[in-house]
Amino acid sequence: MLLVAVVLPWSTLSLPGLFEGPLNSPGTLQLLAICLVFAGLALGYDLLFGRAGLLSFGHALYVAAGAYGVDILVSHYGWQLWTAAAVTVPAAAVLAALLGSVALRTSGIAFSMVTLAFAQVGHIVINRDPGGLTGGEEGLPLSSAGLPAMFTGVVNTVNLYWLALAFLTVVVLVVHAIDRAPLGRTLTGLRDDERRIAVLGLSPYRLKLLAFVLAGTLAGLGGVIYALVVGGASPHIASSELTLSLIVMAVLGGAGTRWGAVVGGFLYAYLDQRLARLGGSLPGPFGEPLFVLGTLFILAVYFAPGGLASLGSRLEPLRRALRPRRPGDGHPAPVTDAV
Amino acid sequence: MSTVVLLALTGLGLAALYFLIASGLSLVFGLAGVLNFAHGLFLSVGAYAAWTVSESWGLAPAVLLGIAVAAATGALVELVLIRPLYTRHTEQVLVTVGLSLAGVALLQSVWGADARVFPRPAWASSVVSIAGAQVPADRFLLIGAAVLVLLGLLAFLRFTRYGLVIRAGVENRDMVSALGIDVRNAFTLVFTIGGALAGLAGILAGMYFSSISPGQGASLLIFAFIVVVIGGLGSVTGAFAAAVAVGLLQQFVNYYGTAGAGDVSVVALLAAVLLLRPAGLAGKAAPA
Amino acid sequence: MILKINDLSVRLGGSHILQGVAFDVAETGVTALLGRNGVGKTTTLRAVLGEVPATGEVLFDGRPALGRATHRLVRDGLGYVPEDRCVFAGLTVAENLRLAVRVPSPDFDLVFDLFPELRQRAGQRAGTLSGGQQQMVAIARVLLNPNRLLLVDEPTKGLAPAVVTAVAAVLERVATRVPILLVEQNLAVVRRLATDAVVLEAGRTAWRGRAADLLSDADATRSLLGVGTTAGRH
Ligand SMILES: Nc1ncnc2c1ncn2[C@@H]1O[C@H](COP(=O)(O)OP(=O)(O)OP(=O)(O)O)[C@@H](O)[C@H]1O
Ligand SMILES: [Mg+2]
Repeated sequence: MLLVAVVLPWSTLSLPGLFEGPLNSPGTLQLLAICLVFAGLALGYDLLFGRAGLLSFGHALYVAAGAYGVDILVSHYGWQLWTAAAVTVPAAAVLAALLGSVALRTSGIAFSMVTLAFAQVGHIVINRDPGGLTGGEEGLPLSSAGLPAMFTGVVNTVNLYWLALAFLTVVVLVVHAIDRAPLGRTLTGLRDDERRIAVLGLSPYRLKLLAFVLAGTLAGLGGVIYALVVGGASPHIASSELTLSLIVMAVLGGAGTRWGAVVGGFLYAYLDQRLARLGGSLPGPFGEPLFVLGTLFILAVYFAPGGLASLGSRLEPLRRALRPRRPGDGHPAPVTDAV
Repeated sequence: MSTVVLLALTGLGLAALYFLIASGLSLVFGLAGVLNFAHGLFLSVGAYAAWTVSESWGLAPAVLLGIAVAAATGALVELVLIRPLYTRHTEQVLVTVGLSLAGVALLQSVWGADARVFPRPAWASSVVSIAGAQVPADRFLLIGAAVLVLLGLLAFLRFTRYGLVIRAGVENRDMVSALGIDVRNAFTLVFTIGGALAGLAGILAGMYFSSISPGQGASLLIFAFIVVVIGGLGSVTGAFAAAVAVGLLQQFVNYYGTAGAGDVSVVALLAAVLLLRPAGLAGKAAPA
Repeated sequence: MILKINDLSVRLGGSHILQGVAFDVAETGVTALLGRNGVGKTTTLRAVLGEVPATGEVLFDGRPALGRATHRLVRDGLGYVPEDRCVFAGLTVAENLRLAVRVPSPDFDLVFDLFPELRQRAGQRAGTLSGGQQQMVAIARVLLNPNRLLLVDEPTKGLAPAVVTAVAAVLERVATRVPILLVEQNLAVVRRLATDAVVLEAGRTAWRGRAADLLSDADATRSLLGVGTTAGRH
């Protein structure tokens, strides 16, 4: 399926129900690039939520830090893109370390509320447009002056697509490497029973902070890519709604599974954009993407608690029966093949 | 001096709104362990219900209807969505998250995304002169409502059987069941009360800002969350004290500092309280 | 038999805590539930009450108890005095008692006869009571209502010797009216009260029979409970 993602930009195939133009048209490529960015953001968030069991409501802050950081440095101070990114992403990490060290003094629901409150400050500050830096409610378009030529102009949309795919790959590599490393097992141990980890002589606080900073860094990187793909930053990416949708993505896909959040993020972003486009033609509340997605999400919590990934594993026996010669690769979810 | 009086009363008006939202949230969280993101939806539902009939029925009946509809929404959400997930707190939070997204979108599709002008009693638009300050009368409407609600809630918690069950349940839910009491009835009750108070808050917010919009609940909700954490989860008096502190701080710093500094200082207050007293000003520590 | 437990199994936080506990509680007298620290005595009581998810069979008064809501079992006469008292610290003594009342004519006479002190302390917040006084509240609130069986978890834990004797005397009186399943570490109290005994070990029932037989067998008490009946620790 990765192959499909790689060859796709060369395809002139049209899928009328799914996309408006041929696959390699700039519009479709941009839509797909956004989906890929969200897939990566959702998986990065799932490092916190699905793996470490930290229900943060403030992840948007770090995405916004990445997007606005790079946007401000490039558009206001005329920095080159790569220098700006090289400063912004570590800055997001430092921000996550600072705020995480306070927020993680609480646990459970109080942690959720505190992260929410911190992110809300970010949202408010961005909306107030301090010193004319953020552009307030209008957002801040990314000035193309500091950008390498390969990322400007409609014909180069395909390069943004590559960039988004590269971002997703980085997140997948990092998160899966953590899954395999002792750190991953310790984190899930932390999620299941904090006392057991404390008994092992490890500090739950430091481990959680590490996960928080890693996730914040990935979010910052995602924010940089997002700003490039959509050509700027707007206050929406700092809002609690963005964090809530990251949660929805992770849960819809299957929190804590290898590919669940990736699938969830991709599908959510796709549906969100398509439904917004189709909005007018659908009856009543179905014209509101959030109504459809919110309802889907509630249904998923009740009827598919493990998300799409668990639906996959429930279908697994059936799949085995249908394809008896396929060697069991120990990989439960067929949906994972979709990416 | 007159500026200080005006700022203080305006801050207290805001505090009143925060308290009305936070007291319900705090009881729901303290008793049932549910962080209710849909609480902002109750607020908007109450406000829109009142707005819809206010022209034809008159304001007072409309207010009552708005409160009743919000209370019913609260009860319904508990019975249909929260109860089946009993003790699975993360799933319960997730469901309220989904509900807050879907619910606001639903309101938007019915009433549109734009703000609507909300009616208010004529006297609330007048201005009262206090210590040289010209204070809009709606401030007193908000403050009076919040004080009445505080007294009513405290009396209810102190003198009724259900109040006793709720106070005990906030301390130790399991032990209440082990005394032969169906604590889930109390859950439905706190959701209903929380819904009613949120509905009232939505209506008063409509009068205060002169308008309502589908997303209004969500933005007030975040400050109410902060009030709940500062006040101590499950404590009504804690929520009251915290609401006053947050409302005043926000108002004064916003006026004397740069724009938005008040909101930032509220979060700084939250961080300070958490570092000094992780369980909040009053009430029990959050369960892990 | 008022309570029959068969093949009771409980998993919590990834560990298999009870792995097939089986014993009965007689219609009269005190049945002692014994075992070393952390063996699962409290968990057994909580499983019977439906406070932790469990599998197996539990018959209370002849009816299946597993899967029923805690408050229903309690209303059917299963009284619970939990480990560490669990009184409501923010409520007054009177409120703690009032909360427990669920019948039209609660037996306040019995309660104040057993614990005259509670009458004077009615207005005091339960959190400010001494450990012994809190234990009185915890026992008093189950005695207000009629019961078919009491589950009493370590009622003498952390109490001064004189208070231990007083609590034991109260339980002795109570046991003449209602059977008790008693978790107790103090073997002197067990000897005074218990007719039957059950010992848990490694998540299973390791011994059941007459309490006197267990306590008179020094080897059995040492190997099962880790204590000699006269000497100290094993
Ligand atoms: N919620 C839980 N999650 C994980 N483990 C638990 C939980 N509750 C109890 N345990 C474990 O189950 C075991 C039995 O606990 P339990 O409280 O039933 O022991 P006990 O026999 O009552 O001990 P004591 O004599 O010290 O009161 C202990 O090892 C305890 O750590
Ligand atoms: Mg115990």
